[in-house]
Amino acid sequence: MMELIIFYFAAVAAVGGALMMILQRNPVASVLYLIVSLVALAVLFVQLNAIFVGALLIIVYAGAILVLFLFVIMLLNLRGEKFTEKRPRMDKATRLILAVVFFAELVIIIKEMAFPQRMNSLMVQASPDFGTVRPVAELLYTKYIYPFELTSILLLVAIVGAVVMARKDKSEKGGDS
Amino acid sequence: MVPMPHYLIVSALLFVIGAAGVILSRNLIIMFMSIEVMLNAANLAIIAFSRFLNLMDGHVFVFLIMAVAAAEAAVGLAIIITIYRNRNSINADRFNLMKW
Amino acid sequence: MNGYLYLIPLFPLIGFLLNGLFIGRLHKRVISLIACGSVGLSFLLGVKFFFDLLSLPENARIIGQVLFTWISSGEFNVNIGFLFDPLSAVMVLVVSGVGFLIHLYSIGYMHDDSGYGRYFTYLNLFVFSMLTLVLADNYLLMFVGWEGVGLCSYLLIGFWYEKKSAADAGKKAFIVNRIGDFGFLLGLFIIFWQTDSLNFAAVFEKAPVVFMAGGGLITAATLLLFLGAAGKSAQIPLYVWLPDAMEGPTPVSALIHAATMVTAGVYMIARSNILYTLAPVSLTVVAIVGIATALFAATIALAQNDIKRVLAYSTISQLGYMFTACGVAAFSAGIFHLVTHAFFKALLFLGAGSVIHALSGQQDMRHMGGLKRHLPATCLTFLIATLAIAGIPGLSGFFSKDEILWKTFSSDYGSPWLWAVGLFTAMLTAFYMFRLVFLTFFGKERLDDHAKAHLHESPKIMTVPLSILAVLSVVGGYIGIPHLLGGSNQFEKFLEPVMQGHQADAEMSQLPAAAVHNGNIEMVLMIVSVALILLSIYLSYYLYVKNIGLVGRIQKSVSGLYRLIYGKYFIDELYNAVIVRPLVGLSLFLWKIIDVILIDGLLNGLAILVGDMSLGVRRIQTGSIRTYTTIFLAGVIVIIGYFALR
Repeated sequence: MMELIIFYFAAVAAVGGALMMILQRNPVASVLYLIVSLVALAVLFVQLNAIFVGALLIIVYAGAILVLFLFVIMLLNLRGEKFTEKRPRMDKATRLILAVVFFAELVIIIKEMAFPQRMNSLMVQASPDFGTVRPVAELLYTKYIYPFELTSILLLVAIVGAVVMARKDKSEKGGDS
Repeated sequence: MVPMPHYLIVSALLFVIGAAGVILSRNLIIMFMSIEVMLNAANLAIIAFSRFLNLMDGHVFVFLIMAVAAAEAAVGLAIIITIYRNRNSINADRFNLMKW
Repeated sequence: MNGYLYLIPLFPLIGFLLNGLFIGRLHKRVISLIACGSVGLSFLLGVKFFFDLLSLPENARIIGQVLFTWISSGEFNVNIGFLFDPLSAVMVLVVSGVGFLIHLYSIGYMHDDSGYGRYFTYLNLFVFSMLTLVLADNYLLMFVGWEGVGLCSYLLIGFWYEKKSAADAGKKAFIVNRIGDFGFLLGLFIIFWQTDSLNFAAVFEKAPVVFMAGGGLITAATLLLFLGAAGKSAQIPLYVWLPDAMEGPTPVSALIHAATMVTAGVYMIARSNILYTLAPVSLTVVAIVGIATALFAATIALAQNDIKRVLAYSTISQLGYMFTACGVAAFSAGIFHLVTHAFFKALLFLGAGSVIHALSGQQDMRHMGGLKRHLPATCLTFLIATLAIAGIPGLSGFFSKDEILWKTFSSDYGSPWLWAVGLFTAMLTAFYMFRLVFLTFFGKERLDDHAKAHLHESPKIMTVPLSILAVLSVVGGYIGIPHLLGGSNQFEKFLEPVMQGHQADAEMSQLPAAAVHNGNIEMVLMIVSVALILLSIYLSYYLYVKNIGLVGRIQKSVSGLYRLIYGKYFIDELYNAVIVRPLVGLSLFLWKIIDVILIDGLLNGLAILVGDMSLGVRRIQTGSIRTYTTIFLAGVIVIIGYFALR
């Protein structure tokens, strides 16, 4: 019982936060709403016994990535641009309809999925250390060592790329390193 | 006791909201954050399945997705900075040099 | 020995290639040597094969040679093969023999012409094509030769192409010929369709089996073949090109339009005699058209003033005789006349050429006269030829023409009416030919000064062939002396194996009483015809030598009729108005409207359409990333929708 309430509460927070994020003018407000949404999402994760990933979500995602967003917004001093161009009304409506259709499809798929009875409740027996760090680490360094290494290279590339691109050009093209 | 489909519906809802954000917003920053929302919706679905199948592989996957999201965010923001420096605007409609 | 049969057409071909490829670099002597030599060699080879043929038993007189398979496509097989049997032997000897004499003559006649090399090149090509035509062992190879001689005719008629009338005449000849060729091809199609072959031996063997005698198909096929023959051999209604063809050099007229090419039609019908006897209706058509043409052309010749025109119409008329002979199933009589006609008509043309050459180009008989004194050799040979064509007993023309007249009377396919018209035409022939002789060689001189200046007898190179032809015109008939007069008609016997459909000579029929009876009739008819011909000659003499003023008065009194004849019955003008003008109009229409407006417009329109469409399509590239993302998402939705609705 309690679980359901927590679930609904967190779900509403997550969805509401995302919705509000889209509708904001001020980008800073958008970021803050996203953070709210992400925290609610972390609650959902923890409810699913994924404590490691939930913690990771808060620390990495909300704590680092979105803060990065905030930094950039502040850096570029983006307040709230006036978007004054006229665009056809039809445009927006079409896209909304698209989104609704999309949701409908996904719901249909979910409904069609046949879950065995045992999956219908949280009473599934989970292993004692489910969702902790140890199993993740074990898998990461054995079975998924390859993706792990690749991801680290990816991060390296991203760092270098971001630094190079965001640098202020003090010299002409092909500047010194 | 929360049945599985609930989690999936929440995930679907988040995903659609993220998609709507991408196509409806003209502000580049908002578009970008909507992409992050979509990624997290996928994370939720994966974790839900992982729990109900009692497999830890899902957690590893989510871990890696977060790493990729971080990398992507970094590079994407660098791009936005560059665009802003060149055009002094983050209105997506203004960047149509690829128009015929 | 058989293996060398292909050399007969090959020698002129080599001559053509040598002269053609090295035009301009060879001395005149070399050119003439190559040209005349090749034809001469063909003649000698022909003689050799002729004797080979004679050594074979009568019913197996065939020398064949297949060079290689030309077309092999499913059931359709055609070889390059040659057939030397009595009929083709006769044709080869005539073509190469008379051709050789004309080549010699041309050395003198064309001596000062700038196109000397070109002339002999074309002439050799012609002899090659003609020999291919007569030696072919199947219809398709014969058609190749047929087209080849048509082409050479065009080239040689328009030899002096800078003259517009000559170029036009060449075009006319070729186009009218083409119409005939169309019929020829359709006939070939029917033959192939029914007998699955175009090879003579195969077709003639299968024809009685496959075609119903007198039935529609064989009649159609033979009539269509005759259409081709009418085009090539200048019968009604496709004769109009032959008078115009006189624009070419005179030796060309002698060779092509007297002795050889125009006889190709007669040869073709004689070769196909089995097919024609299966279709009596076609035979009747051939006979009627033949005799009608003979009469028609003879009447036109009465009034013409150009010496070559008279001879042209005379050729058309004599060809009509040959077709009439074939039309009454007397095929060997037709070929006999073909041979004798080759001799005396070639002689007539060459003689006319000699006169024109002597008078520096004058061709109008009204400006000739009294040339007997100045051109004795020409006059004598010309006279012999005229006697032959008129049918005076003792010369070749008498025997062949008489044979034809007798057969039109006596044959199962003939009728007394045909004989009567033929006889009347013979009278006309004698009349206008002697008119020509009298106006040209006898009487008062009506020459203008330009002609008088260089009046001279032709050189030996021209008069020697004339003499040889004159001798042939006299003795050439002795190969076909009918039984009636004590001969054995070797010619007909020689050709008998080929002419299985021929009408046997009445004298060979079983009942001796009937034979004698027929013999009597033939004698009577012969005497009647000779008498009437002599009368015509006297009439002509009287009008054109004794009392030439009478001619003018006669012309005035029947001026309408005279104008009609003189204007060739205005057939050319009729064709022009009814056929040529509408065709030209139609072509203009097709060009201006259909080609330019419709087709070009359609194509250009298509291109413009594509351009406009692409102008529309490129609007997809908006350059706006939101649009791109939206469409991307829409695509994803479609895909997921597929899974959702499955």
